[in-house]
Amino acid sequence: MKVKYFAWVRERIGVDEETVEPPPAVTTVADLIGWLAARGEGYALAFEKPGVIRAAIDRAHVRAETPIHGAREVAFFPPMTGG
Amino acid sequence: MTVPVTIRIQEADFDVAAETAAMTRGRTDIGAVVSFMGLCRGVEGDDTVAALTLEHYPGMAEEEIQRHADEAIKRWPITALTIIHRVGRLVPGDNIVLVLAASAHRQAAFAAAEFLMDYLKANAPFWKREERSDGSRWVEAHSRDDAALARWSKD
Repeated sequence: MKVKYFAWVRERIGVDEETVEPPPAVTTVADLIGWLAARGEGYALAFEKPGVIRAAIDRAHVRAETPIHGAREVAFFPPMTGG
Repeated sequence: MTVPVTIRIQEADFDVAAETAAMTRGRTDIGAVVSFMGLCRGVEGDDTVAALTLEHYPGMAEEEIQRHADEAIKRWPITALTIIHRVGRLVPGDNIVLVLAASAHRQAAFAAAEFLMDYLKANAPFWKREERSDGSRWVEAHSRDDAALARWSKD
């Protein structure tokens, strides 16, 4: 699946998008955050407070417990500050 | 009749008079247009802000704004909507966002404009980075913006 990062999540990880293949045990958004956080220092820093991170699957806001099965695009970002 | 909705996310500036004229041209059913413009401030508390850089989630931002425009049209007798949000680096005095809501009467136009702004502040996928005297930082979300959006919830 494609994973996209925005704002300081993107800056800490150092890329704006990548393609990943998480193992079958990774079934929810929260699992994916945990799995990504173990990929390196930048990832660990980006996901150090998982409760702050917002997520979207295929461009719709989702919660931490949402299953990721079938997702084409998962995005992670901080709380939004538009307007 | 289908309600015309204009949504643009752009780096370029916008002109409120030109956008209002484009929205009302040839229409005789519009009795009220409420416009809200958000501008880049140069002061934040005791500190100065040199610039703001706005980032968005291309695709999701447009789809989400469209969904909320549709929701506004369902809730109130709106006859036209224009929503423009700028991205990129902006300096104090620059325009950031424009919401134009048209209706036969003012109440619906005020309500729709406020609903759409509350949504844009708290839940549209945009992020602001501020350049201040001591460096640059990502703007933190305010709980007051979440509270402002929550009052429109029908749960």
